Amino acid sequence: MAIFLSNYMWSWLAYTIAALVHVVLILNLVAISALVFIWLERKISGRIQDRLGPTRVGGKFGWLQTLADGLKLLTKEDLRPEGADGMLFRLAPYVSFAASMASYIAIPFAGGAYLLGAAPWAAQHINVGVFFVLAVLGLEVFGTILAGYSSASKWSLFGAMREAAQVVSYEVPLGMCVIPAVLIAGSMDLSLLGDRQAGLFTNWLIFHDPFTFIAFWVYFTCATASVNRAPFDLAEAESELVAGFHTEYSGLRWSFFFMAEYGSMLSVSLLASILFLGAWHGPLPIADWLGLTAEHGRIAMNAGKLLGLVNLLLKAVVGVSVMIWVRWTLPRLRIDQVITTCLKYCTPLAAVMLLGATVWQYQFPGRNFFGLTNVPQAVFSLSEGPPQAAKSGNPVTKGAPVAKVEKSKMGEGA
Amino acid sequence: MILLFANLLTEPVGVAHYVTVGAILFTCGLLCMATKRNALGVLMGIELVLNGANLNLIAFGSPYLRNDAYSLGLDGQLMALFVIVLAAAEAAVALAIVLNFYNNHDSIDVDRADQLQG
Amino acid sequence: MGETIYWPSFFFLLCATLACAFAVAVLLATNIVRMAFYLVLSLSATAGLFFLAGADFVGAMQLMIYVGGTLVLLIFGVMLTSQERFVEMKTWSGDWVFAFLIGGMLLMILIPAAFSVPQWGGLKLADSESMVVQDTATPLGMGLLGARVDQLVEPPDRQEHSGPLQPGYLLLFEISSVHLLVVLVGAAYLARAKHKKS
Repeated sequence: MAIFLSNYMWSWLAYTIAALVHVVLILNLVAISALVFIWLERKISGRIQDRLGPTRVGGKFGWLQTLADGLKLLTKEDLRPEGADGMLFRLAPYVSFAASMASYIAIPFAGGAYLLGAAPWAAQHINVGVFFVLAVLGLEVFGTILAGYSSASKWSLFGAMREAAQVVSYEVPLGMCVIPAVLIAGSMDLSLLGDRQAGLFTNWLIFHDPFTFIAFWVYFTCATASVNRAPFDLAEAESELVAGFHTEYSGLRWSFFFMAEYGSMLSVSLLASILFLGAWHGPLPIADWLGLTAEHGRIAMNAGKLLGLVNLLLKAVVGVSVMIWVRWTLPRLRIDQVITTCLKYCTPLAAVMLLGATVWQYQFPGRNFFGLTNVPQAVFSLSEGPPQAAKSGNPVTKGAPVAKVEKSKMGEGA
Repeated sequence: MILLFANLLTEPVGVAHYVTVGAILFTCGLLCMATKRNALGVLMGIELVLNGANLNLIAFGSPYLRNDAYSLGLDGQLMALFVIVLAAAEAAVALAIVLNFYNNHDSIDVDRADQLQG
Repeated sequence: MGETIYWPSFFFLLCATLACAFAVAVLLATNIVRMAFYLVLSLSATAGLFFLAGADFVGAMQLMIYVGGTLVLLIFGVMLTSQERFVEMKTWSGDWVFAFLIGGMLLMILIPAAFSVPQWGGLKLADSESMVVQDTATPLGMGLLGARVDQLVEPPDRQEHSGPLQPGYLLLFEISSVHLLVVLVGAAYLARAKHKKS
């Protein structure tokens, strides 16, 4: 997009506008999804508890309830405890929110057609995308610790320390569950991982072998624990009885913590969908059947990509709904049970699944769907970049679509 | 001065600029190690020193900064990788030592660690 | 400004200023928790500098291991020992005078040394714009296994460099893995809760 715009105006203005468009899109996605998920949570929890949930604001289904709650939070008094460290107290919610949002930089929402030189729909096409998202999601714990410490209350500090221990412990099995998918696709690039699963649902990595199947469920459990949800939410709920890391927060600051939480939930669900559930390729290749692919021109390709984006978001919403469903169904675990689950169950299971997936991939290299079908030929040529005149003295470029050469931090051409 | 900044903004940066940033980080880390009384402050100084060194390694191995025969190439990044891993290990051990000291002496002041003196 | 801004340099300046400013803030702060927070920001800016230099894998590793691991460890240590009297400990001002003297002299030696080598000045704009974006994850992974795929094709003026091809890093990989295991066991043993004899 930046290159396209810079044909019409100064290049610095073009880059700024391109970056702003990316930022606005992602912020809107996070904010609107937080709105929708809070409403969805209240409705689902209501139905599970045999009641209706919000029904008044915005018509029969109360879908504007979150907006009304947001307005209420905006007008609340902005408290700060007496002995609190002022700067850190004010900064903590934003640190959490920034870490949660930064993971969206590398997540592609639709694939790239490398043969045409079109880049995937990601804010920044990072070659080590999976690694980057996992690294940034692990930074959210700083907001929690700072909030707990700077609230000058020992209950906040205890809650924050437990939550930090939990998040940091679960990063290990989380990373180990991601590796089988990276192994099978051969790259950490998220758009390559997505396009590896093109075609029917038999190409989805979750169905690639029984080890990856189990790895998905372990990933989902560890992701739920990593965002402090569902049965692992002692930091925010056991805390309802005593206090929590966000006790002393009111109004808008508190809502930033919750936007960070829902943002992280959506982010790990998006990652699960891209890694295991076929990304933007649906169970049936509808875009191919309707002829919305790269060979039929730019408008058709972009329409196909839009369909893929909707598909991916639907899968992520299903993931978040499962997290909400599990929260209101299962009882909460104690902190020692949480750490036991991580160290005694999730980590060994993830390690065994990694080993199993490695052996399976070594034995049956080109097969999908539990070894029953073959990987389509088009997928194998994904690792090569678009055909370029090879310059003498070029180091080996494997898996890098040769995009623009300026290594600026703004978005690449869309 | 303005000319220096103008030059910086219109030309690609080189190894020298990265080495300068590395030197500043190194010096800050060194002074942290020398002046802080809190043992954890000294640890933070160590982390800063190691980061300054990492910046140097990455800069010498980067193809965007230095593309001639004497560039370190991928070796720079591999060495930086190992430095990061070893620094994490060393921080863990140092923290264990500091916690032990705190449990035994009920103080984290490095000036109190003088039992072996004289 | 007659010429257009070269954006990678602008971002380099931004990240470099952030890294240096927060490093100086670590030095000058007295509250230990604030020092830890400034260190987090300084190391994150350093990760940004790594990304700008083309080392995206090392940058992501810096974020995950250094910022997300080592600094969380440090902050846990800070929390465990942050009694009232240890949160702010002031240094004697004589120490500060010596420190700034020596630090200043060191900087005065290092910075002119950095700028004195002409090959370190930076590529020309034309050369830089004609470079190809390379990924580093695969060559790094292969290098750790011992196969140096980055040396299959050589850069343009490598003819005068007459050294042998560099070996892989497999042995170092194994050694550092064992080292990490030893450190894990050792640190857990050192920091265990001891039963006090009453």
